[in-house]
Amino acid sequence: MKSQIIELYVNGDLRTVTVRSADTLLYAIRGKLGLTGAKPGCLNGDCGACTVNVDDWPMKSCLMLAVEAIGKNITTIEGLKKTPIQQAFVDNFAFQCGYCTPGFIMNCHSLIHQHPDADDKTIKEWLGSNICRCTGYAEIEKAVKTVLENQ
Amino acid sequence: MLPFDFEYYKPASLKEAIDLYQTAAKNRKKPMFISGGTELITLGRINLVHTEAVIDLKDIAECMVMQFEGDYLVIGSTLSLTKIEETNHFPLLTKTASEVADHTSRGKITLGGNICAQIFYRETVLPFLLADSQVVIVGPSGIKVSPINNLFHEQLQLGTGEFLIQVATAKRFVTAPFVSIKRRQQWDTGYPLITVAALKIGEEVRVALSGLCPFPFRSKKVETLLNNREWPIEDRVNSALSELPGPILNDVEGSAEYRLFVLRNLLHDVLEVLGAS
Repeated sequence: MKSQIIELYVNGDLRTVTVRSADTLLYAIRGKLGLTGAKPGCLNGDCGACTVNVDDWPMKSCLMLAVEAIGKNITTIEGLKKTPIQQAFVDNFAFQCGYCTPGFIMNCHSLIHQHPDADDKTIKEWLGSNICRCTGYAEIEKAVKTVLENQ
Repeated sequence: MLPFDFEYYKPASLKEAIDLYQTAAKNRKKPMFISGGTELITLGRINLVHTEAVIDLKDIAECMVMQFEGDYLVIGSTLSLTKIEETNHFPLLTKTASEVADHTSRGKITLGGNICAQIFYRETVLPFLLADSQVVIVGPSGIKVSPINNLFHEQLQLGTGEFLIQVATAKRFVTAPFVSIKRRQQWDTGYPLITVAALKIGEEVRVALSGLCPFPFRSKKVETLLNNREWPIEDRVNSALSELPGPILNDVEGSAEYRLFVLRNLLHDVLEVLGAS
């Protein structure tokens, strides 16, 4: 096993972590840093359950090597504190089993930041990156729109 | 997590990247250039890709440009599809790229990675085939510039240790009327069935396809038949369908017969939208 010690900037803290070059960011943040909010789903970039933010853009952490994230600003669901989108998910019942929720929230959080005036087409395009097996899409869309309207 | 180990390098210059590749190749490490790196992970995890040395091109300045230089738009190979879409210098490329994978994944997938991908869709090459773009490639013998239509035969023909730096497209093609349509069998988010991209240059319609055969292509024969205005449109489409390269894909996304049915309608749509019918 070829391991190396790297520093990752996660949720505002510089964290030292030992990884193989072949470890994904998802594996590093869950297995090495104990940040289990990002969920392993398909591990193939299809489902979006593992979405985090990298430099304020959504990123499927199963599609990124931990070593690629050196020098980047990584935010996981644990790094969000009382954000409007978290409250909107509660207010709009935008989850059922909850497994996809951290990934959806991270994607929505970035969408609201990057496109505060997002129209329906943009919302659909961005949220198409995440899958909810409970099919709570209407409530999730409502949560995003609530935040956009209140801004 | 991948089931094999590799050394990871992030060179800052073209020369460093080339030297790293040659050294790793000499040491039998089967080096692999990556840009977005999504295929290293998705194919590596199911043992369809193996390497002992990964050379990540993302930090090389020449690969990150996106600007007009004289009469050309130059786009670097390591730019993410999202960045290319948000900038929107080349509307046909924006539209075609915006249908690749999904929005979040396109933040990781890069232009060079998609054009040189193992997955057969490689849709982002279509606009460049239509626009007679030039590819800028570097390798052990230096930098070379070639018309993409001379170097792209099913896939970009790269020599050992070579990689794509930039694609340059003349402005007149960037602003030409276009249409780009992706058809899926399932909803708006299913895997692609067929993508057609078309440009209208003067009265001539150019057409390139992905998802029909196990490789993307532009066929001059097909275009000549589609542009024969002495024939009714039905005959033009029928004759074009008889000159397609093979094989026609026949897989879980759609049978060969279904693909040809979809293509027939797509060609009608293209000719109608571009006013060539």
